[in-house]
Amino acid sequence: MPIYRERYRRRDGGIDVRGRAWVVICTQGLRSLIKKRAFLYLLIVAWIPCIVRAVQIYVVANFPQASFLEISPRTFRDFLDQQELFVFFITVYAGSGLIADDIRANALQLYLSRPVTRMQYAAGKLAVLMVVLSLVTWVPALVLLILHPMFAGNATFIRNNLFLIPAVALFSLIEILVGAATMLALSSLSKSRWFVAVMYAGVAFFTQAVFGATRIATQGTAFSWLAVFGNIAQVGDVIFRLKPRYDTPPVVSALALAGLLVMSGLILSRRIRAIEVVT
Amino acid sequence: MADNAAAASLEDVSVMYGKQRALSGVSAEFPAGAVGLLGPNGAGKSTMLKALLGLIRPDSGTLRVLGLDVATSALEIRARIGYMPENDAQIPGMTAVSFVAYCGELSGLPAADAMQRAHEVLYYVGLGEARYRNVETYSTGMKQRIKLAQALVHDPDLLLLDEPTNGMDPKGREEMLALVRDLAHNKQISLILSSHVMPDVETVCDAVVVMNHGTVVMRGPIDTLKGPAGRMFEVRIKGDRAAFVERLRHEAFDCREAEGDLLRVTLPADAGADRLFAAAAGVGAQVRHLRPSVPTLEDVFAGAVGEDRV
Repeated sequence: MPIYRERYRRRDGGIDVRGRAWVVICTQGLRSLIKKRAFLYLLIVAWIPCIVRAVQIYVVANFPQASFLEISPRTFRDFLDQQELFVFFITVYAGSGLIADDIRANALQLYLSRPVTRMQYAAGKLAVLMVVLSLVTWVPALVLLILHPMFAGNATFIRNNLFLIPAVALFSLIEILVGAATMLALSSLSKSRWFVAVMYAGVAFFTQAVFGATRIATQGTAFSWLAVFGNIAQVGDVIFRLKPRYDTPPVVSALALAGLLVMSGLILSRRIRAIEVVT
Repeated sequence: MADNAAAASLEDVSVMYGKQRALSGVSAEFPAGAVGLLGPNGAGKSTMLKALLGLIRPDSGTLRVLGLDVATSALEIRARIGYMPENDAQIPGMTAVSFVAYCGELSGLPAADAMQRAHEVLYYVGLGEARYRNVETYSTGMKQRIKLAQALVHDPDLLLLDEPTNGMDPKGREEMLALVRDLAHNKQISLILSSHVMPDVETVCDAVVVMNHGTVVMRGPIDTLKGPAGRMFEVRIKGDRAAFVERLRHEAFDCREAEGDLLRVTLPADAGADRLFAAAAGVGAQVRHLRPSVPTLEDVFAGAVGEDRV
């Protein structure tokens, strides 16, 4: 009898099909990202603004001469605004191939021929992006919030601005969810991660350019709802209790973002299939 | 297995792709063991496998796999099925062992268990030495083997194999068939082997379901379908071949093309070889070669789908 026949044995243990597939998919996605040096460098660079802000908090708390660098709720809003650039680059780097690579390698049928629903597959892929984007948004912002009382020696600032904790969390969630869902939808539309990256950049910059053009034409900012980043900024200002920066009603911006999420969901439900039926 | 009699069954199943009917009122039963799913390209074999996996929702009819209804228990069924797709399929950027372990985890195995099984099945399919290589660097034959490994990692009760020997060299093909045969006959894993390569099916399977144009045209144990031996002859004549064939047809003998200029003629039970000599003489031809033959699966298939009849 050939040796290989001895090697296969039936299993005794059970199988767990209670919907933990999305966790497996997310864990695997994160593992493969962490192995990439470029991603780690990007992550390190994305933490530099946090370090700078931490120094700012320390200096303000310990050197009265630096009081002009005053820490306010706006500081945290500005910090998250700065992080938008890293959110963009990490979304492109980590997200463009999430589904596109699976389509290219015919992997969707391998996932969906197992006890994995289309929803679990999408949730697992979405979770990968949400985790990595968290590392450059609310996680460093919360670190700064924790450092403030440690450097200042009192919790007065936090006590007076307790809304900052949910504001940071909610704004980051909106920013991450919109970016991740849009990227995932675009990733499901192509086999090429490069093309997906170009499409995402196109969506971001083209909508911003259209808004810029309307701004010049109308001498106002009522059309900021046309720009994805414009809507995120507008909603963010409201969450941080600041005066909205554009003329567009914040509700309209929120609706535009909700529309983008719905559209992404529809694209994903149509594109995540084990078989492609050509009629 | 809840239902020992059938690994899978379909009852009046129809599947439409837009306006095109891929399966048309199909009723079939796949008994436990190794069953071949035969049919020419476009017959509906892959559609049937995907419907059994719950990847395609039929427009009508019911499908049951391992005693469970596909419409209501698709996830439970998929946890107990191993599917080897026809085309290349892998998860990019992974080594073979990570890929197979990942597939095991997706099927519901605990991580440690999945990794252990991944090593075992990779050795089983002959990729033990190459298990730390990136799957994307594998040759065609190795890719076929790893597709089998990912289908086996969670120890399924039923394997759905779609053209498992596609693109393999003769030695690799032989080894793959030996593995599949071993699984079916020594490891008690039921399997449905979809193929258009008759010798593959004949090597591995005990029964076949033959499809054509989205319907089941024949099914049953291979030995029964092939019928009793001794009534089939290989014939070569010198003379007017067309007239000879016409004469055979006139006498209601089944006559098919074979390799070279041979004909394979099936005679009724009460007829002897002398009838062939008489038919040849009747059209002024000479029988130059006559040899008793046994019906093969190819004859069964050709008879079922109406191919090669002259």
